[in-house]
Amino acid sequence: MPPIVDTLRLTAEEALALVERREVSPAELHAAYLEAIGTRNGELHAYLRTVETVEGASIPIALKDVISTKGVETTAGSKILEGYVPVFDATVAARCKAAGLTLLGKTNTDEFAMGSSTENSAWGPSRNPWDPALVPGGSGGGTAAAVSAGLAPWGLGSDTGGSIKQPSALCGNVGLRPTYGTVSRYGVVAFASSLDQVGPVAKTVRDVALLYSIIAGRDPHDSTTVELPEPVRLPDAERLDGLRIAVPRQIALLDAIEPGVRAAFERALELARELGAEVGECDLPVSYRYGMPCYYLIAPAEASSNLARYDGVRYGPRTEAETYHEMVERTRDEGFGAEPKRRIMLGTYALSAGYYDAFYGQAQKVRTLLIREHREALANVDVIATPTSPTVAFPIGDKAADPLAMYACDLLTIPSCLAGLPGLSIPCGLSEALPVGLQLLGPQFGENTVFRVGHALEQAIGFDTVPERLRAGSAPWGQTSEETP
Amino acid sequence: MTWEPVIGLEIHVQLKTRTKMFCRCPVGFGAGENTQTCPVCLGFPGALPVVNRAAVEWTILLGLALGCEIPGQAVFSRKNYFYPDLPKGYQISQYDLPFCMNGSMLLPTAECDRVIGIFRAHLEEDAAKTVHVGGRTGRIGGADVSLVDYNRGGTPLVEIVTAPDIRSADEAKRFLQLLRQTIVELGISDAEMEKGTLRVDANVSVRPEGSDELRTRTEIKNMNSFNFIARGIEAEVERQIRVWESGGEVRQETYDFDAASGTLTARRAKEEADDYRYFPEPDLVPVEPPAELVERLRSELPELPATRIRRIEAELDLERATVLVTGGLDRLWEETVGSGADAVTAANVIANTVVGAGVDPGVVSPRELARLVEGRDRIPRAAFDEAIGKLGEPGFSADSYLAQEAVSDTAELEPIVDAILAANPGQVAAYRNGKEGLLGFFVGQVMKETQGQANARVVSELVRSKLSG
Repeated sequence: MPPIVDTLRLTAEEALALVERREVSPAELHAAYLEAIGTRNGELHAYLRTVETVEGASIPIALKDVISTKGVETTAGSKILEGYVPVFDATVAARCKAAGLTLLGKTNTDEFAMGSSTENSAWGPSRNPWDPALVPGGSGGGTAAAVSAGLAPWGLGSDTGGSIKQPSALCGNVGLRPTYGTVSRYGVVAFASSLDQVGPVAKTVRDVALLYSIIAGRDPHDSTTVELPEPVRLPDAERLDGLRIAVPRQIALLDAIEPGVRAAFERALELARELGAEVGECDLPVSYRYGMPCYYLIAPAEASSNLARYDGVRYGPRTEAETYHEMVERTRDEGFGAEPKRRIMLGTYALSAGYYDAFYGQAQKVRTLLIREHREALANVDVIATPTSPTVAFPIGDKAADPLAMYACDLLTIPSCLAGLPGLSIPCGLSEALPVGLQLLGPQFGENTVFRVGHALEQAIGFDTVPERLRAGSAPWGQTSEETP
Repeated sequence: MTWEPVIGLEIHVQLKTRTKMFCRCPVGFGAGENTQTCPVCLGFPGALPVVNRAAVEWTILLGLALGCEIPGQAVFSRKNYFYPDLPKGYQISQYDLPFCMNGSMLLPTAECDRVIGIFRAHLEEDAAKTVHVGGRTGRIGGADVSLVDYNRGGTPLVEIVTAPDIRSADEAKRFLQLLRQTIVELGISDAEMEKGTLRVDANVSVRPEGSDELRTRTEIKNMNSFNFIARGIEAEVERQIRVWESGGEVRQETYDFDAASGTLTARRAKEEADDYRYFPEPDLVPVEPPAELVERLRSELPELPATRIRRIEAELDLERATVLVTGGLDRLWEETVGSGADAVTAANVIANTVVGAGVDPGVVSPRELARLVEGRDRIPRAAFDEAIGKLGEPGFSADSYLAQEAVSDTAELEPIVDAILAANPGQVAAYRNGKEGLLGFFVGQVMKETQGQANARVVSELVRSKLSG
């Protein structure tokens, strides 16, 4: 019997239509994805665990393992949360449930979402569906690999400095980091509270917009959330007439951007012009000069405090010792991997008496400048465009020993995260046979605009989101394999 | 050399809001261990705080009662340290932008109104309760097991920090009594030291009188009554004076006061100063109390205890006025006087007899009390005492007690007085040598002999005339 659906090609919107027309039941759909997971997760390690029971009346979803799921172990990729089973759903998980979505499983992540490759997961790295020798990006590499390899129609990630956008770029998905404050963080294992945002990953901009509309909006459990000023609009326009797109002047001077990435980016801009958009320049000097150091003071500072609760007293594994303080020290020493330890130390230092003003305090001032700079840049244009990642996917192990090289992966995603602005990554072509991501940044609450631009470009680019090596036997929906270009 | 104590207080007040500071768990005592908890107050991964609006309003109300400025923006900050009673590894508190700043409280004294500065009053969450089982110290270091009850964790807590304006242990005690009464009257806390809803730490130093230097201070903790606070401060002041006078140097240390022995024990000195790595709480947005709210709260402030002491003092004296006000008795006193009772007699009866009889002053009828106060000299003492004891009963009437008549007939009382005087020659001699305070002793003996039926005033006059004769 042929598979009931081709999970590699099926978009969430198509899956929803199948369920609505009762052509496929939620349980059949769930089973189809579990079967795909059974086939390919061994190689990709996208999921840490899967869920068999189907409770929702709609389609399945994958959730990054930093999102608390009632009754389902949630480890944030860390040994220190091994065996921790939340007694409550994160608000985003609850909203998915309320929309009828069924949890397929929890996807791999760098430990506490700290990383750009998933190599920092205590449970081992995920692999890129385009080439399993390569990383899928991170920290949300699990969700990105799952969506890319047809192991989920869509999923949720969390983004602090690029953890949704960068893996989406490296795996050829669409990913949205929403405006800070539009999606609840309640129940999401915290990395850096002033930066963390949950967002959707899917195969199309419309799917991403749809999932965003399900999770967004004020949550009384999260004081930093607000109601959306306007409802989410599913984009359908194919032209970009009258839209103004700006490219930061500083991009041209960044050596870190690979030529192939730059070429794909330029082609996307050319397409935007052909669709009627006006492509110009803007200026973000502070962002590219000080964004990284600013981020690596603020994020670790908040992390050092957020990770203090993992003390072995109330949940998670405990390493017994003679005294309380020894117990805490040994539990944390054994429970945390190298990257959280590194960031706890960086952050503790940045907040210490005598250093606060020079480091954390100074970084907050830079952040204010950066926010202002983005506001000014966006005053006269609709979106800012850059490549999402300076490189395509890189080999596992390539940067694992060099934290600074790893941190540089987020060079282009970090500034807008600090500014709290929405950013969408869409695939815009291949370089060295690997996906390249285009990052579209909008003003605060400008999701509808980035969706519109992203959708029009997506149609014009016509990127095939199915990894080349998986295409055999998988036809574009409604077509035969012979017709696949 | 004369030494002057310099004392500042840090006062923690648990607010009696319905729910906790940052979650919806109920606040209160008596529930089973760890039953009033949720993911937020247990610090589960991903749980987030939401500010309790009532706690914010009450903090501002208290700040206004203490004459504080209410800045336009207040910020919660994280105070980072590890302890099992602190589930998140940090306490959400306030640092550089508290709700209330730069206030003062007046402490009426015979000479003047002493102004005790209030540096700040800020809002934070209380820690959980730890019990250290086994070991000798009762502290975490020596314990076999430490148990944590998170019910208390997350209770709204206001910390009030005074300026080092207090100059004696007694003044500290009087300040605290007045502050406590202010808090209780605002209805925001029971402020009971025994229950831990009011906790006080004292910072103490001494300096040569007349100097304005600030010498090294020490901190005293674990004093759980106003009297112990006074004794603890007294002991520490004496200790510091001894250290300085013997050529030593006071070191910055923290002491625990042991009420049983009246001694101070230094805690193990820390190698370096605490670094709590305060930074603004990113899970909360700054709170900007609207001016209308502040003005509404200001208009709701009752007449403050210190003001009332000054007002009542005019009719009584400072001592009696203070006792009435800090005992929450002044309203009953005013109404009793308003119903025709003599001011001083009413004050004495309320502060001594009514309180001594354990009667709740809130349920007493001032009119009936006034009748009793006025009739006190005419009725038997036993009848008066019995009436006071029943003042709190619903529908109490003084009629039946006032109908009784005390024995005022000197002919009847004289033999009894003579007998008492004859039986106590020593006291008689002492009285005649100037110990006039013994008058009460003789009156008491006569009252005992007559089983409370004698008119105390008549007896008193009789005794006096006999002894001066």
